[in-house]
Amino acid sequence: MVATKPLRRRISDLFYLRPSFLLLLLLTPPLLWMGIIYLGSLFNLLLYSFYSLNDFTGQVEYRFSLTAFKQLFSSPANIDVVLRTTLMALAVTLLCALIGFPIAYYIAFYTRGASRTFWYLMVLLPLWSSYLVKVYAGRLILAQEGVVSWLFNLLGLGGLLEAILNIPVIGGSSLSSSYLGMATVFVYVWLPYMILPVIASLERVPRSLIQASADLGAKPRQTFWKVIWPLAIPGVAAGSIFTFSLTLGDYIIPQVVGQPGFFIGQMVYIQQGTAGNLPLAAAFSVVPIGIIALYLIFMRRLGAFDAL
Amino acid sequence: MAFLHLPILIIVLYAFTTEDRTYQFPPPGLTVAWFAKAFARSDMWAALSLSLQVAAVATLIALVLGTMVAAAMYRFQFLGKDLIAALLILPIALPGILTGIALLTTFKRLAIEPGFWTIVVGHATFCIVTVYNNVVARFRRTGYSQVEASMDLGADYFKTWRFVVLPSIATALLAGGMLSFALSFDEVIVTTFTAADQKTLPIWFLSELFRPRERPITNVVALFVMLITFLPIVLAQWLTRDTDDLHGGGKTT
Repeated sequence: MVATKPLRRRISDLFYLRPSFLLLLLLTPPLLWMGIIYLGSLFNLLLYSFYSLNDFTGQVEYRFSLTAFKQLFSSPANIDVVLRTTLMALAVTLLCALIGFPIAYYIAFYTRGASRTFWYLMVLLPLWSSYLVKVYAGRLILAQEGVVSWLFNLLGLGGLLEAILNIPVIGGSSLSSSYLGMATVFVYVWLPYMILPVIASLERVPRSLIQASADLGAKPRQTFWKVIWPLAIPGVAAGSIFTFSLTLGDYIIPQVVGQPGFFIGQMVYIQQGTAGNLPLAAAFSVVPIGIIALYLIFMRRLGAFDAL
Repeated sequence: MAFLHLPILIIVLYAFTTEDRTYQFPPPGLTVAWFAKAFARSDMWAALSLSLQVAAVATLIALVLGTMVAAAMYRFQFLGKDLIAALLILPIALPGILTGIALLTTFKRLAIEPGFWTIVVGHATFCIVTVYNNVVARFRRTGYSQVEASMDLGADYFKTWRFVVLPSIATALLAGGMLSFALSFDEVIVTTFTAADQKTLPIWFLSELFRPRERPITNVVALFVMLITFLPIVLAQWLTRDTDDLHGGGKTT
């Protein structure tokens, strides 16, 4: 009797009677892809960072060696790259928080209904437009003869821009070739990643708490620092994970805007490409993993993971 | 907020400028000549076509794998579920450069020549989570009772899938697919590592950026890239408008 059932029915019955079989069937292909192709590759990357390059043949030697890491950490220039990237990531994160928080605060507390939808869209739209085009737009606007300098001159503030560009470290010959300009573009591109989680965390602040605080005689400033801010920290921390990790790994923005000093991403790119030193590229790419891991441990304490 | 929007508008303006060497503002004159010049560039069309093909294939793979894992995660309780969720998010949580270089080392070790399929593999990897997020959110809303009802009424798994499950997740699939397509179309960082000399549109765009001549062509193409990225996402948002949040999460990298 069983044998006369059509194959299709039999398979269906098998799924029904043995759900674990169905589960296995559903999970195997995606897990093979993510587990073997992706995790496998990450593991392989780690292995590569412990290989070395044969000086004579220029080929990768598949033997355990700490050469790549020695190369990385023994050169002051490489240390500079790591420091420069980390400092930029921290600065960008701080700027994003400073600029993003008031915007998120306004949207969470002062908008309703249609105006809220409007503001939400205003934050989301830039997130949806092409990343590369945004970077390019940044370069275009900050260029020597671009919109920003035109605006400064129009307002008679050309001298001020000049003075800002003369400040050591952040300045440069023009905004598009200075760290200030680079940070501006980073902030411009990542800002929505900060605003959205902060809005989410501020929306969860019970309004009754704010009223209670006022009823108990707290001034608005006290209410902000003692009630709202502590509850907003997880959102800011969550946003900062995005801005920090995105800046740390980016290599397009440093290439298109800013000073010629290298960033981690560029080093990875150059070492694997023109320099042909894949082990060193791998070692370089392991560095952001370490920094992000440290950063995550720190952020976890602030409750960032509850706000993601 | 102007800070977030003006730059994009400026790009549109610059696509019409008559100045071809610098980024002078305001543009000394306006012209549509650059559109004709950009459209005459065969290398631009080749890059566009490669981008569309890669995005289509990567989206297809992501749709199949993302839906499978979403169905499993929704339907079953099992050990390591959280781990799988974390694994799916990893490619967009870690900087894209890691995905790129990791895949590259693996291709090198396996002696796989970078080409069309290596780009597709890279893109599909970070697109799976986009599909998964959209589909699993829809599953949670739909409820399993419909599937049970269908089977009680005598339909087998395949019939139920075809007539009950698929229609209810159709728009979520479409939205997830659109987002994946846009993500893949816009991706640069992973692509630079997984492509050899193939140029997707963003890569072509990047290489054009450093050419001092005919800059307005870059502006025209920027306009193009933006539209192709933007429209599917807006459509995806519209498809899921009154259902659940759009799970685009972690775009770009």
